[in-house]
Amino acid sequence: MSDALHDPGTGTPGPPATPVLSATGLTVRFGGRPALADVSLDFPRGRIVALIGPSGSGKTTLLRALCRMNELIPAAVTTGSVRFEGAELYAPEVDPAEVRRRIGVVLRESALFPGSIFHNVAFGPRASGFAGDLHALAEEVLAAVGLWAEVGGDLDLPASALSAGQRRRLCIARTLAVRPRVLLLDEPASALDPVAAARIESLIHSLAGDVAVVVATSDLRLAARVSDVTAHLDRGELVECGPTGTVFTNPRSKRTEAYLTGRIP
Amino acid sequence: MTAGGPLGGRATSVAHAGGHGAVLRPRRGAALSERLAGRVFLACAVLAGVAAMAVVGVLAWESAAFFSQVSPARLLTDPSWTPLAEEPRFGILPLVAATAQIVAGAAAVAFPLGLLTAIYLQYYAGPRTGTVLTAAVTLLAAVPTVVYGYVALNFVTPALRGILPGIGAFNAFSACLAVGVMILPTVALLSRSALAAVPHSLLETGMALGAARARVLTRAAIPAASRGIAAAMALAVARAAGETMIVTLAAGNQARLTGNPLEGLRTLTAFIAQTSMSDPAPGTIEHHALATVAAVLFLGGYAVCALARWIGRAR
Repeated sequence: MSDALHDPGTGTPGPPATPVLSATGLTVRFGGRPALADVSLDFPRGRIVALIGPSGSGKTTLLRALCRMNELIPAAVTTGSVRFEGAELYAPEVDPAEVRRRIGVVLRESALFPGSIFHNVAFGPRASGFAGDLHALAEEVLAAVGLWAEVGGDLDLPASALSAGQRRRLCIARTLAVRPRVLLLDEPASALDPVAAARIESLIHSLAGDVAVVVATSDLRLAARVSDVTAHLDRGELVECGPTGTVFTNPRSKRTEAYLTGRIP
Repeated sequence: MTAGGPLGGRATSVAHAGGHGAVLRPRRGAALSERLAGRVFLACAVLAGVAAMAVVGVLAWESAAFFSQVSPARLLTDPSWTPLAEEPRFGILPLVAATAQIVAGAAAVAFPLGLLTAIYLQYYAGPRTGTVLTAAVTLLAAVPTVVYGYVALNFVTPALRGILPGIGAFNAFSACLAVGVMILPTVALLSRSALAAVPHSLLETGMALGAARARVLTRAAIPAASRGIAAAMALAVARAAGETMIVTLAAGNQARLTGNPLEGLRTLTAFIAQTSMSDPAPGTIEHHALATVAAVLFLGGYAVCALARWIGRAR
């Protein structure tokens, strides 16, 4: 299974699947120099893509552009195209809330809602008019992130009672509860202790397949271990993109090589 | 004129704060003016403290005299308040009920209107509209209460007569509307501050989960700001309960236990204002009753203010 994951194209039967998400000529400006400049990138179905690059390289901007979160910032201007299952996300008739239900994001500064774990998990499904059993859904997504057993099935526990690592996983569970096809994670393991970070990492592994995962991270080891495809961004440009093994061991670009070896260009 | 309780309470705490200002004590050889300045500040702080203690002392002394003639049980259970009758009766319930009615009516006007105004100003208004509207709301806070009372008596009540033919010249309804508008800025501006303190990330998180903006505001932002909003409302209640001029002018002075908003009533504050003006002789039971009503108002106002501060602080 893991071999197939690391070799896109041979593991999937039939013709190579169309990407679930595809950005073409994506440019984002917040006034002045573009934060993201003409980025074209495909996100394969069910795989994990790592976005690497120094801070300010456009990882977060790209992640937010993929789920139309940048437009919440008044100065943001986005041009180019993002297609999800063949449909243009930036088409004028598309409801951004609908986009965010299909393409879930866990922001770097994800905040927990005041109240219980259940309230946090139920927020998204309720907003999208979910009519099923919210408790069963909550149990399912909390079990998926390994929180169900840790909280002893107590959904009424205040979210503020959780540890930092548990909170991060609750944020992921909360997004999974909306049943997205693509999961975007911005610095999912940053500022966590090694054990909590390792849990997040194995969680990302376990989620891939059902959903496509995009991880923006400045943690190169996380990117190398967890992803199938790595994209290197620098100053808003896509420098290099390829299978993670190739990018890390034999990068085509000098800039990528310099970044991976810690040499400041 | 309004809310003697909270003002008195604040003055005492200022006096305490003055006592701790040792960090900037001038050195020994300082100029005379410097040493004198310290004395002047001390005197002012002490004066404020003394004023507060004096008010509390007078109320306690006079109330004690009142309770030597009327038992607290009678004060709280007698259904009528007729201090000037041949056989005077001192049941404070009609006055408390009237104040409660004014507070409830004003809250019914100001709470929803103020909260919705706060939400609009914080999340929907553009920069220019926001500035103009904030200035307008702030202007409401600058209107003297006697003007509100005058408008309620001379314009609101006559206008209401067309819709509610049974309405009296003095009525609780107009007074509630006017007091509601008076406390609107308190609710709106303080609630807005509470909403402004909600982290932006919380709103983004709600949007990221596919919720529309109005839903994020009602289900995430307002709950997160609920303590600050509750504190704003408690302060507004204290202001409404202490309001005198509007209720005296618009609601008249009939101490009756009636819930009918179309009739006049007499609040704790209106009784104090009007009885004080009739100049009862010191030592008489009316004179003592005045202080007792003032003490009840003071304690109630202080309790609500303390509650507001506690709600705002507790996390």
